[in-house]
Amino acid sequence: LSDEASRPFAGLSDVSISEDIPVEGDISVPMGSSRRDDEFSTLDEPVKETILRDLRAVGNKFIHVLYPKRSSALLRDWDLWGPLLLCVTLALLLQGGSADSDDQGGPQFAEVFVIIWFGSIIITLNSKLLGGTISFFQSLCVLGYCIMPLTVAMAVCRIVLVGGSGPVSFGVRLVVVTASFGWSTFASTAFLADSQPANRKALVVYPVFLFYFVIGWMVLTFSPAQ
Amino acid sequence: DSIFIDVLSAEFEEAAELLSVDPGASTLSMSASNTTTVAAGEGRGGGEEVKLDLSEDEEGQEESSELLGGQKAAGGFWTFEYYQSFFNVDTVQVLDRVKGSVMPLPGRNFIKHHLRSNPDLYGPFWICVTLVFSVAISGNLSVFLSQMGNPSFHYRPQFHRVTIAAVVIFLYAWLVPIGLWGFLTWRQGAERQIGGYSFLETVCVYGYSLFIYIPTSVLWIIPLEWVRWTLILIAMLISGSVLVLTFWPVVRDDTKVMAVATVAMIVVLHTLLAIGCKMYFFQIAVHSPTPAPTAPPAHITLATQPH
Repeated sequence: LSDEASRPFAGLSDVSISEDIPVEGDISVPMGSSRRDDEFSTLDEPVKETILRDLRAVGNKFIHVLYPKRSSALLRDWDLWGPLLLCVTLALLLQGGSADSDDQGGPQFAEVFVIIWFGSIIITLNSKLLGGTISFFQSLCVLGYCIMPLTVAMAVCRIVLVGGSGPVSFGVRLVVVTASFGWSTFASTAFLADSQPANRKALVVYPVFLFYFVIGWMVLTFSPAQ
Repeated sequence: DSIFIDVLSAEFEEAAELLSVDPGASTLSMSASNTTTVAAGEGRGGGEEVKLDLSEDEEGQEESSELLGGQKAAGGFWTFEYYQSFFNVDTVQVLDRVKGSVMPLPGRNFIKHHLRSNPDLYGPFWICVTLVFSVAISGNLSVFLSQMGNPSFHYRPQFHRVTIAAVVIFLYAWLVPIGLWGFLTWRQGAERQIGGYSFLETVCVYGYSLFIYIPTSVLWIIPLEWVRWTLILIAMLISGSVLVLTFWPVVRDDTKVMAVATVAMIVVLHTLLAIGCKMYFFQIAVHSPTPAPTAPPAHITLATQPH
């Protein structure tokens, strides 16, 4: 047995290095590109890289909302930058209307903010209480991103209102807002409905419908200051 | 008759299940028969006595459902599961409860027939939210429609009304049931186990009774006054009768004066809510305040005075 054990290393016993020859040389390990470093430490990358990476993630999710299909990208890598951006844009666009009288005017900036975030939180809680498997922030992310069609509709409405506020412009705005409301509801239910037990889907979809209906109403009834 | 048998069999099943889980549990019985069964395991004799107990009128049903209602909540109030137990409803159940609130039939107690010791908070909460927005939006639309011919009218969304509607409706849907439940529990006093609904059941029936106001508020956009008054009367009738049919069996054991007073108070508060909403949100054209146009005529008359 001892023979077999020593046989693999038998050749080594012949190798010897005399002690007075210095061993020197270069050892080079091929490094990956600098990107591999970034996975472990993003502290050294330029700020532009950091911002662009987040922006790319946000933009990717916008595209997923535009073409809602059953992808898990929106759910897996949730972030709240997109919803914040959309919420602030929508609230800003809803300003500047009927500002001459405080108590009869449109929604204040804070009111829009509260309705959107508070509404999203309540819908998320509702879906979790009914036994949904989606996590809290994932649901907030989905609901926030699906406001995008309504924000686009708001921008379109403001442009249309520059041209006038007669019945024709109202008709155009009505069509645009209805289409984007339907799109928002459809997109968000495509993501949320899967996480609910089958006999409670309608109970979860109805609050989402109500939420986007109210936001659509705010967009449609925006009237510019005279 | 068939409904009676259905309810009986359902209650029997639930009671038998409960007894089989905990055979040591003592069932509370009518004051008349103290000797009624303790455990279903006693065999034929026990089974018969349980049956006899349940074949009494609905007071027997109330106590077993009270027992069941008390054992439903899971965990402490700081856990998520505790609140999840209040949302343990399916779509068909919610729709059935909504239907029951719109079509009250005499003899069908909403709590006994539709809730069946599974009160939920989904219905009351979302019905209140929908009602808030439907009242505010319909009110806004009706003001707009009534002022359409008026050239000096400038459309305003009036979003502060949403806040006011929310406060009023949620206060009504929560404070009135709290008050009513507390009052009824106090009146029950020593006989707490017989009759009386749990707090959640009271909130639940109040929430579902508000459902009829949602289509009513949408139909109030029609600017004809007689249509509006007819609608509000029908809505109050339906909604009020759901509440009265639910609470009358509990209250009738009390003295006549208190019973009538309690029911009258329920009806009056409900009426106040409906009429208050109508007056505030659906102003008719004559009363809408426009102080600006009245100023110039005064100026003109003043200018012409010196002559």
